[in-house]
Amino acid sequence: MATTAPATLARGPDVAFIFKKALISGLVALVLFSLMIGVRTEAGPEGQLIYWTRFGDLAAMVGVVFGGSIVIELLRYWWGPVDTIRIIPPSTTKALAVARRGIAPVLLIFTFLVPVIFYDQRYILDLGILVLTYVMLGWGLNVVVGLAGLLDLGYVAFYAVGAYSYALLATNFGLSFWICLPLAGILAAFFGVLLGFPVLRLRGDYLAIVTLAFGEIIRLVIINWQSLTGGPNGISGIPRPSFFGIPLTPGDDGLATKLGIAFSPTHRIVFLFYLILALALLTNWVTIRLRRLPIGRAWEALREDEVACRALGINTTTTKLTAFATGAMFAGFAGSFFATRQGFISPESFTFHESALVLAIVVLGGMGSQLGVALAALTMIGGFELFRGLEQYRMLVFGAAMVLLMIWRPRGLIGHRAPTVFLRHEKVISAELVEDARA
Amino acid sequence: MSRDDILSVENLAMRFGGIVAVNDLSFTARRGQITALIGPNGAGKTTVFNCITGFYKPSAGTIRLRNNDTEMRLEKLNDFRISKIAKVARTFQNIRLFPGMTALENLMVAQHNTLMRASGFTFLGLFGVPSYRAAEKAAIELARYWLDQIGLLARADDAAGELPYGDQRRLEIARAMCTAPALLCLDEPAAGLNARESAALSELLLKIRAEHGTSILLIEHDMSVVMEISDHIVVLDYGVKIADGSPQAIRDNPKVIAAYLGVDDDEVEAVEAELGL
Repeated sequence: MATTAPATLARGPDVAFIFKKALISGLVALVLFSLMIGVRTEAGPEGQLIYWTRFGDLAAMVGVVFGGSIVIELLRYWWGPVDTIRIIPPSTTKALAVARRGIAPVLLIFTFLVPVIFYDQRYILDLGILVLTYVMLGWGLNVVVGLAGLLDLGYVAFYAVGAYSYALLATNFGLSFWICLPLAGILAAFFGVLLGFPVLRLRGDYLAIVTLAFGEIIRLVIINWQSLTGGPNGISGIPRPSFFGIPLTPGDDGLATKLGIAFSPTHRIVFLFYLILALALLTNWVTIRLRRLPIGRAWEALREDEVACRALGINTTTTKLTAFATGAMFAGFAGSFFATRQGFISPESFTFHESALVLAIVVLGGMGSQLGVALAALTMIGGFELFRGLEQYRMLVFGAAMVLLMIWRPRGLIGHRAPTVFLRHEKVISAELVEDARA
Repeated sequence: MSRDDILSVENLAMRFGGIVAVNDLSFTARRGQITALIGPNGAGKTTVFNCITGFYKPSAGTIRLRNNDTEMRLEKLNDFRISKIAKVARTFQNIRLFPGMTALENLMVAQHNTLMRASGFTFLGLFGVPSYRAAEKAAIELARYWLDQIGLLARADDAAGELPYGDQRRLEIARAMCTAPALLCLDEPAAGLNARESAALSELLLKIRAEHGTSILLIEHDMSVVMEISDHIVVLDYGVKIADGSPQAIRDNPKVIAAYLGVDDDEVEAVEAELGL
């Protein structure tokens, strides 16, 4: 329908067609849902079958599908044929450009002010810390997936390495957080190189499978190496971070006493908030700098065409390994922050679910876009909390929202790419031209 | 190999399983000249290129490259080192640009090794030391020079994938030239170009030879380009060299004419009569 000449558009929506389509959709829904929703079965007290009908619910569902089909067709008619190029008025384009440029500074200032505005609301502060942790993980994974185009499904392994590095070094040797932080980063980077070597020749799906396995191996090693890691029981009593040596405790040598203010447990939360914010901003700064250096350009070139890279004398082996190591290092930092914040870690925190979540953040945000990843982390983690009131329907609503978002923006929230260098003026590169990790 | 030769291929053979793509091929390319490698489809030209540029490891034979009085055995070097150390650059039959990067960025990636050293292998560059900034500026200037040479200065900030086909072909040559090669290998640079564009390409290649002293090895089907700019032509058929000489000599060589156009009908009849058909 939508592909025919504009003449059809002038006539108005084809009522018969829309009605027919809605009717068919409704019928399919009736057949599908008649058993799933219409009849409810359960085992009775003596094991016999009990069933009752829910025709009201069934009718409601079929009605929703029927109505939804009509609404979708009307929307499609309103939007015009697929690939319609809309003429957007210059004023709107200008306003959008201003909004696009303004969103990052506004978000940053707001983030800085969160502990001030929500000082009394522990829940919001905790949520903010959680969101920032995922923002940092997303930015770290963005180096591997977004820039270098290497699909990594085992990113949580490096997060775990960082967390366990800090936990073990702090509990066994009494090293402070600020010494352990770089050590955890280095160890995670080392594991990144370790993973990198066997997968140098792999790309796309094959790479994803091997990295997935690597993530599971790390978790299984942690579970089974009881003498070192405590196995499934995890490690508890991990020291809290200090303000460069001054503990955040109510005692005489605590920070509150030294500053001459009343002690409050919120101080520690606020400190943690700014700590993860600083770590995340460090990740962002380094990534932005690296993109404009030859190594960053080589990563992006690798994503675009590996063969051409080799023909230009770029050592693809070291280029890939540095991407893995850099991404892993940031995960290591985030991991040691996680350990010091929780005070307790166990293998349960480092399941595949976490890798998938971070990857979803990167894909949803638009691979390679720093702002997109931050927005996606906010939407995913914040949105997940927002739907808490819906209880068991939370995942359903969340999944539907993601499907809709990916239909609306298949290349992520911010799919276009900003060039790293320009002669006259910077032009954004549309998403269709940019290769991605799936290729 | 003499001092005037930049590339010397000796007894090169490449077999894929039972298929012999190139057999016992020997030829030389002179320094500062344009050498063309021609032959019908499937003659093994691209295979020879892939052996020279390290994408294939030859089954037998040697490939020597002589540059600044040092001789290198290309068949022993790894893929990226052929471009990095031996200074052999290449383009591809099916264009391989970085489509999502701008024309300028494509040329910057080509200067990776120079910039990598200048950035202290990233560590100094991360903190923006002045020497790196100077090196980056020089790299942009070199890119600007080549963009100007290929007439794409106005489109420097456009994505390479957005450029018209002919511009992409020229950009790929400029990108190869940004690696400052001693030998430039071009795989069918005129494929898909119209008459005016191929004339511009010939001009560009002659300019590269004259002004930069870069030796060029060329695979080409467009005979107008080959005959116009080549100093020396090597003809391949079924993986074997059938002729080798100046454009004029090649044009008149009956073997070459037979390979391209087939043989005359009366010759076929003579062979058929011999076989009693």
